[in-house]
Amino acid sequence: MTAALLALADSRLPAGGHTHSGGVEQAIVAGLVHDPRSLEVFLRRRLVTSGAVAAGAAAAAAREGGGAPADRRAGWARIDAETDARTPSPALRRASRQQGRGLVRVGRRAWPAAVWDDLPDRPHHPLALGVAAVAAGLGPDDAARAAAYLAVTGPATAAQRLLAMDPITVATVTARLGDEVDRVAAATSTTSTGISSRTPPGTSPGTSTGVSTGTTDGDGRDPDWLPADTDPLLDLLAEVHADRGDRYFAS
Amino acid sequence: MPPDHLLDDYVDPYDDPAARGRRHGPLRVGLGGPVGSGKTALAAALCRTLGAELDLAVVTNDIYTTEDADFLRRHAVLPDDRIEAVQTGCCPHTAIRDDITANLDAVELLEARHPGLELVLVESGGDNLTASFSYGLVDVQVFVVDVAGGDKVPRKGGPGVTASDLLVVNKTDLAPLVGADLDVMRRDAAAVRGGKPTLLISLREDPAATEVAAWVRQQLRSRAAQHA
Repeated sequence: MTAALLALADSRLPAGGHTHSGGVEQAIVAGLVHDPRSLEVFLRRRLVTSGAVAAGAAAAAAREGGGAPADRRAGWARIDAETDARTPSPALRRASRQQGRGLVRVGRRAWPAAVWDDLPDRPHHPLALGVAAVAAGLGPDDAARAAAYLAVTGPATAAQRLLAMDPITVATVTARLGDEVDRVAAATSTTSTGISSRTPPGTSPGTSTGVSTGTTDGDGRDPDWLPADTDPLLDLLAEVHADRGDRYFAS
Repeated sequence: MPPDHLLDDYVDPYDDPAARGRRHGPLRVGLGGPVGSGKTALAAALCRTLGAELDLAVVTNDIYTTEDADFLRRHAVLPDDRIEAVQTGCCPHTAIRDDITANLDAVELLEARHPGLELVLVESGGDNLTASFSYGLVDVQVFVVDVAGGDKVPRKGGPGVTASDLLVVNKTDLAPLVGADLDVMRRDAAAVRGGKPTLLISLREDPAATEVAAWVRQQLRSRAAQHA
């Protein structure tokens, strides 16, 4: 199983990730990222915010894989909608769905399985990642690990190209974040421990996203309990970036 | 025979339905080559010459978002909805060979928007002599170099020069000015290309790119005959 996880997290998997900077291109333009230290700060922030959201959605999607086809279709459609709700920036939604489509394209052939047919059209990337995990025989934990890891490595590579940084330095930055990646993946793949403080089960104000999610059973199957640690900075960077006419990266 | 050797339900993992379908879709022609050799000018010329007779569209790969796409729009060679630009993430080479996802998305978008499409030109970002297209993205590829880069370029080789389906040497009008020997270029290209064609042209003198357009028509005819 480990080999499939490594393949999913490998930047050489041709799923289109190399054309996205995960916000780091605009962060560099804005002066937020300019050296290894500021890159590490940016990557850590991205990991515990949108990285956690992605890891939670990927794990939830993988968890739905074992159900009957109708249940799994409904579950995945719901996770897709929940991911939309956690991605307010239209530019980031586009980027996520673009990468989801790319992953489905390669995943369908690399790990053929009936489950691919139950995905919505152009799914969000974390959802596609969760389904790829199912197709490859991996579990929710692995899906969360891949999502958390990719949340860091994609922008790290983009920063290396844009700032012409020493690739060994960038590899070191990524390696230093390893424990944090593991922590985010573990925390988001089981909902009993959250990334940040969230309303505990039982006192939930309800479906703030407007999506009906049924009962909260406390085992993480309810998308209401997906991480929602969206970062307004990343949303803003993505929107400013999308309006530029001189960008190297798609997002 | 052991059960795992039975082939009854064997599905060929390399059998790509998309590739099979492509035989009936538009011909995808890659245009690659170094910066400034005339890829965009050639794409514009082909659009002008073939636009009246073929249902065609163009995908551009820029360093920035839409430089080449804007050029095509400015010169009004194609309506806007037939031009798609992709960003290549600082790595034009990767986007046409190693991870072609962004370009496949653009091509499929054009195909969905124009169901009768017969020809899609995929123009790569300017790169070096090692740049080449994956045949997962294009059916045939044209590599464009120019005389001003020196007459030793064909001799230097590289996948673009040696393995492209058509090598175009552009800007022959500049040969006397830069001291380039066209016969040397023709001979060196023939020596490394194993019989595949090379055209020496000047888009300034022939803005219609007559010979290249004829080659593209020939590709369409031979593919139609092959899959008839």
